Amino acid sequence: MKLVAVVVVAAPLLFAFGRRLYRERRGGPLLAQVWVALSATLLSLLVGSMLILAVGSSPLEVYRLLLAGTWGNLHGISQVFFKATPLALAGLSFTIAFRAGLFNIGIEGQLTLGAFAMALTGAYVRGPSWLVVPLCLVAGAVAGAVPAALAGLFKATRGAHEVITTMMLNFVVRAAMVGVGPLVFVRESTHTVPILAAAELPRLSLYFPSLHGSALNAGLLIAVVAALLVGWLLWRTPLGFSLRAVGLGADAAEASGVRTGRAIITAMALSGAMAGLVGASFVLGYKRYYEDGFSGGVGFMGIAVAVLGGARPVGVLVAALALGTLSEGGLCINSVVPKEIVDVLQATVIFAAVAMTPLSRRLFRLAEAT
Amino acid sequence: MRLPELVAAAPFVAASLRFSVPYVLAALGGTFSERAGVVNLALEGLLLGGAFAATLGAWFADRAWAGVLAGGLSGMLLMALYALFVLRLGADQIVTGVALNLFVDGLSRFFLKSVFDSSANSPRIDAWGTTTGSLADTVKEPLVLGTIVLVALGVVVMNRMRFGLRIRAVGDVPAAAASLGVSPLRVRAGALLVCGVVVGLGGAWLAADQRQFVAGMSRGRGYIALAAMIFGGWRPLWGVAAALFFGVAATVQNTMQAHGTVVPDWAVQMMPYVLTLIALLVAGRRNRAPTALGRPWSSGQ
Amino acid sequence: MSADALDVRAVSKRYGDCIANRDVSFSAARGELHAIVGENGAGKSTLMHLLYGTEPADSGEVRLFGTLRRGRSATEQVAASIAAGLGMVHQHFMLVPSLTVVENVVLGREPVTAGLLSLDTAIADLQKLGARYGLDVDPLAEVSTLSVGEAQRVEILKVLWRGAEILILDEPTQILTPTEVEALFAILRELAAAGKTVILVTHKLDEVMALCQKVTVMRAGEVVATHLVAETTPKQLAAEMVGEGNVVEVTRTHGELGEPRLELDKIVVRRQAGIAVDGVSLTVRAGEIVGVAGVQGNGQTELVLAVAGLLDLSSGKIRLSQRDISRASSGKRRALGLHHVAEDRHQRGLVLDFTVEENLMLGRTATYSRWLGLDLDRVRLRIDCEEVIRHFDVRPPRPELSARSLSGGNQQKVLVGRELLDSPQALLCAQPTRGVDLGAAARIRAAIAAAADAGCAVLLVSTELEELEALCDRVVVMRRGRLVGELTPKTLQPGTLRQRLGALMAGAS
Repeated sequence: MKLVAVVVVAAPLLFAFGRRLYRERRGGPLLAQVWVALSATLLSLLVGSMLILAVGSSPLEVYRLLLAGTWGNLHGISQVFFKATPLALAGLSFTIAFRAGLFNIGIEGQLTLGAFAMALTGAYVRGPSWLVVPLCLVAGAVAGAVPAALAGLFKATRGAHEVITTMMLNFVVRAAMVGVGPLVFVRESTHTVPILAAAELPRLSLYFPSLHGSALNAGLLIAVVAALLVGWLLWRTPLGFSLRAVGLGADAAEASGVRTGRAIITAMALSGAMAGLVGASFVLGYKRYYEDGFSGGVGFMGIAVAVLGGARPVGVLVAALALGTLSEGGLCINSVVPKEIVDVLQATVIFAAVAMTPLSRRLFRLAEAT
Repeated sequence: MRLPELVAAAPFVAASLRFSVPYVLAALGGTFSERAGVVNLALEGLLLGGAFAATLGAWFADRAWAGVLAGGLSGMLLMALYALFVLRLGADQIVTGVALNLFVDGLSRFFLKSVFDSSANSPRIDAWGTTTGSLADTVKEPLVLGTIVLVALGVVVMNRMRFGLRIRAVGDVPAAAASLGVSPLRVRAGALLVCGVVVGLGGAWLAADQRQFVAGMSRGRGYIALAAMIFGGWRPLWGVAAALFFGVAATVQNTMQAHGTVVPDWAVQMMPYVLTLIALLVAGRRNRAPTALGRPWSSGQ
Repeated sequence: MSADALDVRAVSKRYGDCIANRDVSFSAARGELHAIVGENGAGKSTLMHLLYGTEPADSGEVRLFGTLRRGRSATEQVAASIAAGLGMVHQHFMLVPSLTVVENVVLGREPVTAGLLSLDTAIADLQKLGARYGLDVDPLAEVSTLSVGEAQRVEILKVLWRGAEILILDEPTQILTPTEVEALFAILRELAAAGKTVILVTHKLDEVMALCQKVTVMRAGEVVATHLVAETTPKQLAAEMVGEGNVVEVTRTHGELGEPRLELDKIVVRRQAGIAVDGVSLTVRAGEIVGVAGVQGNGQTELVLAVAGLLDLSSGKIRLSQRDISRASSGKRRALGLHHVAEDRHQRGLVLDFTVEENLMLGRTATYSRWLGLDLDRVRLRIDCEEVIRHFDVRPPRPELSARSLSGGNQQKVLVGRELLDSPQALLCAQPTRGVDLGAAARIRAAIAAAADAGCAVLLVSTELEELEALCDRVVVMRRGRLVGELTPKTLQPGTLRQRLGALMAGAS
């Protein structure tokens, strides 16, 4: 029954996708992006194979293990979606800033602050679910937005490049947590007090009994809704238009009356807010508390997701699934190959995508704007 | 001992020299790259890669110089890769730079696991030898001396040699150079390779100084070196001076942590990064940046 | 034939659909001053790039002193050209501002002793060349400190130092004052007397008649004719350049001029280099087109930017329909009805990577904003876009194409079309037909005229004197940041405007 529901939702999307692809068969942005994604994936598999061979294992064996462990069974699939959720949000975060011409590599620090805020709000604020959960999310978004907006402010007023400032803020946040953590962590641990029941995001296993034992929770919905919202914001609102104008032609935007300084700060703040939500599925839906190091570098993986997804919401979702597969698969293959191979592949994916993009423009005679 | 006394002592000066080497070399290398017009965010990855390669080199050959060689070489290879993507394929410089950092981090962790079977660090490498940490000994260390030599060389090359003139031209108005038969792409590639070797050596020093490789051991030094370069207005000597300043600050942080002070641990840890932020704010707009910085060049422009 | 220094045979080049040069041939002898004339877009610049080697020709040959010039890449071709004695003085200077004069000159052929640059000989050489040909410039000065005329001399020194025997100058007088032009001509005559060949690419016929011995006329990518200057007249040349009489003609229904719409009151604009606009006062009435003439670099650009709100005023006031907008942001000014056709369409006017449609929304999102800013009415945008495309004949007529894929003329049409939407109260036009093909230029001028006839106050800054003559009710001249004179085209004989303006621009009153 649930399977039918999934198919009913997926089918029209696939159809629209296929139809758009067909229309663009002689050249177009979607075709180019798909090409980039596919070739990037292939290149990464190639590099991965070389590394696997270097360690003395068989690439085919490793990839078979990987696929079997992830898409080969229901539990694996649910784990992939679980891993993909924070990746998608991180990718969306990078995308918002990227579309405004900014590089937010401070997502890691922003998501840490956001997750921390969500955990504390959930643990100490009393009230009904429908009030507390959104409140937690807001707290997370605000906490994530602050450092990002700060970096935006620095850029807008002093011209300080956001790549360096956001990176520095990552380290600042890390150091700050060293100081603040012991104040609120449960004694002798590195995590906060568990959140109250009202603040929890329900596990999907409640609605889909076959998912019993899986960490997948309603955070998934947050990611999907976020993707829709980002798409709407960037392409259907005046604010999004201004942000994209600043990203593609700051001088023209300025001349047309857009306040570039404000746009930069806004873009960074929104990006940071999205980053602040990255930990929601973990903190509110899975472990029910904030834990040091919970993200495992998701903030940086988000860059790969965004680049692979062509900085478009739908692409980001798909890329998140792909990299989530990789992430989950890493655990499955750890017996045969160091799981760190996943980190290498993630970076290779960015490389490949970044290299393929200008090529794709030439190949697909992109007269259409992307 | 109180902080002022600590700072004035010879061991502190020695430690400052040691700490500053990676910052100085990264800033110097970065200057070459960016002065030629290529944004280089991969300094972090070059340091880390140099450190790991040096560790491997010293480990397998059981000789310190093998490690140093490996470090410099790895930097050159990484920059060759970067040049391929950014100069030849026209990839976005910022994303590629960050990607390179992630790549090196991942690759180093992968091989750290497969070669040394650890997720955190390599064993102590005896080939690096021991040192007393005294000022006299430190100054005699080959890489410290080498750093001073490289800085001097860097200044001379940039200001008084043909290569440096072409770098400066290509970073400002590449079209002018092209119109005179100088290939901007070739000059930029050369600058990137030089940058790679220099910063790779800085990474080798990192590993040598700590006698082992620790995952992620560059800890943001590459980005701080970038800030130093900006602060120094993209001029080699000034960038190095700023890098020295950051190096000293890092030493102060380290000394404070080692000896314990009134200032809480987390504040001390934060120091170098906050300092960098302040430096960037003070440096103001990048209006002394090379004019063509970050703008890809293709012939026929 | 073999006595020729430069021999171009049947050279052709196309860029996609556009044939920039078709079967171009001409030759020049030693010691000859040879002009290549043609309108904007006639293919002169392309020809220069092909000659020099920065672009590969599709077919044909270039012979320098009898030897064929060849090379596999642009860099090789350029190197071969330089080696054979060809020197190019670009219209847009190829100088590195942060380097000194001598460093700029030696770049690419740097004298080196024991690994270090040894510039003393070069400095001496430059001083000698300077004395010989009248090219006075301090070799150790940083190029950023030089004046336009001095910078041009550096460009000439660059090619002479490399032993250039054939010099090509691309529109050298575009940015010079008449005095500087005379100085340049003296230098060029000296060079020719010394046996060097000088090729002058220009569209200024009076200069050709005054300086050159031979002239080749180009039109639409082809060579129309080659004459001895002594055997032709400006009228003949103009006719050949333009084809079937293409004098700028615009029909205007001169109605009653309305109330003062745009008032500039003692405007002063300061920049790092000094005072760019020095106390300019001007009033443009509704329905009036006021032109601003003057050699580029005399403050016109800054004036327009300041009125548009993109540069700060140091002092003075700007009023739109009696309302003080001196402190208003550019967005606010636009909202009040002051529109601006930017001089630099690629940087300020359009976002090249946006679609044509999206570019039409720049600065106008309020028009399409719905649901309290949560949505954009894209249907209405599409309708407006198609209207502009139709009215201006934008090609290709597809709203979803990126602006980057359009030709310069079509891009400018989109830009002007956008600014004329929403019936502006006042319009600032900076070089609206620069780099635009004739057809597009005609449509743009017609649109500006129509806007004025409908009551818009237009301030038109242009270097095309014919354009000013045809469109404007009044023309003022800007020199060194000040207005130095005002002329009314209607009251003058056709053609005298040019002389009078030229005199004003030079400083005579």
